[in-house]
Amino acid sequence: MKIALAGNPNSGKTTLFNTLTGSNQHVGNWPGVTVEKKDGTLRRNMGETVIIQDLPGIYSLSPYTLEEIITRKYLISDRPDAIINIVDASNIERNLYLTTQILEVGIPVVIALNMIDIVQKKGDIIDIEKMSEKLGVPVLEMSALKVVGETEVVRAALLAAKSGKCPTPITFSPETENVLREISELIKDYVSPQTLRFCSIKLFEHDGKTRLELPDAVKLQIEDLVYKFEDKAGDDSDSVIINERYNYISRITEECVILPHKGELTVSDKIDKIVTSRVLALPIFAAVMFLVYYLSISTIGGLMTDWVNETLFGEIVPNGIGAFLERIGTAEWLNALILDGIVAGVGAVLGFIPQMLMLFLFLTLLEDCGYMSRIAFILDRIFKKFGLSGKSFIPILIGTGCGVPGILASRTIESESDRRMTIITTTFIPCSAKLPIIALIAGTFFPRSAFVAPSAYFIGMAAIIVSGVMLKKTKPFKGASAPFVMELPAYHPPKPSAVLRTTLNRGAEFVQRAGTIILLASVIIWFLSNHSFSFRVSDVADSMLAVIGGGLAPLFAPVGWGKWEAVVAALTGIIAKENIVGTMGVLYNKTGIETAFTPLAAYSFLLFNLLCAPCLAACGTVAQEMKSRKWTAFALGYQCGFAYIVAFIAYQLGRFFSGTGFGVGTVAALVLVWAMLMMLFRKGEKKWRQS
Amino acid sequence: MKTLKDIPCGQIVKVKNLSGEKALKRRIMDMGITKGTDLFVRKIAPLGDPIEINVRGYELTIRKEDANIIEVESAV
Repeated sequence: MKIALAGNPNSGKTTLFNTLTGSNQHVGNWPGVTVEKKDGTLRRNMGETVIIQDLPGIYSLSPYTLEEIITRKYLISDRPDAIINIVDASNIERNLYLTTQILEVGIPVVIALNMIDIVQKKGDIIDIEKMSEKLGVPVLEMSALKVVGETEVVRAALLAAKSGKCPTPITFSPETENVLREISELIKDYVSPQTLRFCSIKLFEHDGKTRLELPDAVKLQIEDLVYKFEDKAGDDSDSVIINERYNYISRITEECVILPHKGELTVSDKIDKIVTSRVLALPIFAAVMFLVYYLSISTIGGLMTDWVNETLFGEIVPNGIGAFLERIGTAEWLNALILDGIVAGVGAVLGFIPQMLMLFLFLTLLEDCGYMSRIAFILDRIFKKFGLSGKSFIPILIGTGCGVPGILASRTIESESDRRMTIITTTFIPCSAKLPIIALIAGTFFPRSAFVAPSAYFIGMAAIIVSGVMLKKTKPFKGASAPFVMELPAYHPPKPSAVLRTTLNRGAEFVQRAGTIILLASVIIWFLSNHSFSFRVSDVADSMLAVIGGGLAPLFAPVGWGKWEAVVAALTGIIAKENIVGTMGVLYNKTGIETAFTPLAAYSFLLFNLLCAPCLAACGTVAQEMKSRKWTAFALGYQCGFAYIVAFIAYQLGRFFSGTGFGVGTVAALVLVWAMLMMLFRKGEKKWRQS
Repeated sequence: MKTLKDIPCGQIVKVKNLSGEKALKRRIMDMGITKGTDLFVRKIAPLGDPIEINVRGYELTIRKEDANIIEVESAV
């Protein structure tokens, strides 16, 4: 038995899904959190195995964005046994618009009026019995967040699935119904009886995405019918349908919904009066961002990280393990492997857990309260200038946690070229795994500067903007501008237990990576750095790693760190970015990192690793989302090239201005700066709108 | 012809007609902006674009260039 959860974005499908299946899928208070379909098994025993399918939110069965196409495809082609249509009761009219379409797909439907607690608190009244009678399907009250009514909803859905009784679709005006009837007659031999109504309406609406195998003669006849209808109606056929759907809904809500407080300012309105006001919106946004990163990186998180790094993994753990190993008398090579390899590598990464947890906590809070969409609202104007959409900020902000969900979040962006641009640039913003690199470089080489750590975020942002401006002027990104239409959800206070759980989950993933990938990589790095190619224990300088890294090192001499250790560290960053710190922990375990770099070279190293191609997981996501080898290669190539150029310019000009040298490098750097400025300020290809 | 783009903050208007490119028009109508619907212009973003409107009891934000396809008249 398969039951699908369908409804508008941000109506609470995933919250219900998590309750029903015991899963831990990510939820948030902004439209577009779920961009993939996920299935799970119903936890509660109802006598048989029930698969619950969570789907991305959708406003209409005529989809625009990628995640909406996923939902429609599932409902139409995979045909679940029943659909639970989740309707946000606090926004009932627009939610019922989708309902009128779901009633047409020929699958049993149950309506769950979610967030009923919010409606009741506001004093609004919904007559569910009357509504159920009007719509011809069961309507049940539910609060997914407060875990009220969800068992009844599932029970009703199972009952509906077993009865197999499909709902009666709504009736349009007589003129429309006449044409629909004629279309049904024409196509009834080509489609299944269950989808006849749905297909007829889609053909009537000129929906190009309905791929039906129809003879050309039939297609022509249908087109003829629709054109005649449009001529008479004086409007597009799809507009007529939408109008009639909304008129039908208005009639239902007039009878079933009483809003005694209509027009009064809600709490959300009052908050928005300040938060998105003309004067205060941008300062508040800047303050929020500053606080998030200041608190998590510099103060609370930073202090705890210092303690964990220096005391816990600097003294307590190594001394403890060392003493223990000595007591049980292990072989010397094993001691070295454990202390110089594993503890040095994994410890270097684990030390950043406090900062990470603080960052995850703030990100979760931001996502849950409803501020995300407001940021898109405030910043759209700026982002539009850079060839991005206001919605691009959501992937970027999520990307500060992890690039993989960040890249996935780009699916809600309507324009294909804006979306590609967002995928390419999202990982420029430092993700949480790059945080340890930033903290390590800033803490070791610039202990007295408060600006080096925040500069990483500033540079990430600048890289996004500069890339946006440059790329937007090239042909492949010229594309038509797409509409930016976004709903602003009501604020609601985050639920502490849910926030805590999400934060800890994200933290646990990080620890898990440290215990698996980083552990393995640390062991390999330790082995390769202590053995020569003839597999004998050797000096570090003759080790396999030194030979491999040494071969590539000259490539990085112009950016200031042409040493094999640094090159190897950057290479291991491809596996996972925090690995860079782990590798350095192993390689500089004895000598210390301070002597290996000049501060300028260290900063150049930081720049390169912040901007170059992301870790394997994120690269894979880029490939998956681009769905094209050419675009994936371009994205990764662009990122690496851009990173190298930025590091080169910074290093060469830094040397020049600090008076340590003027040479070919300086000239090359100046030429590059000039070329970049040209790209930024040249006149671009003219933007055009689809017409 | 007055379009939603020109309406100052705080006014209520009624949708008279929608024009423009098909996909955009459909997207906007899907969100509940149909002929005869009342729209309340709640806010203009700090940098002048996009705008926030209340339609059918919820908050929607659209860019001015897209609002330009929505022809409106004063609500009675």
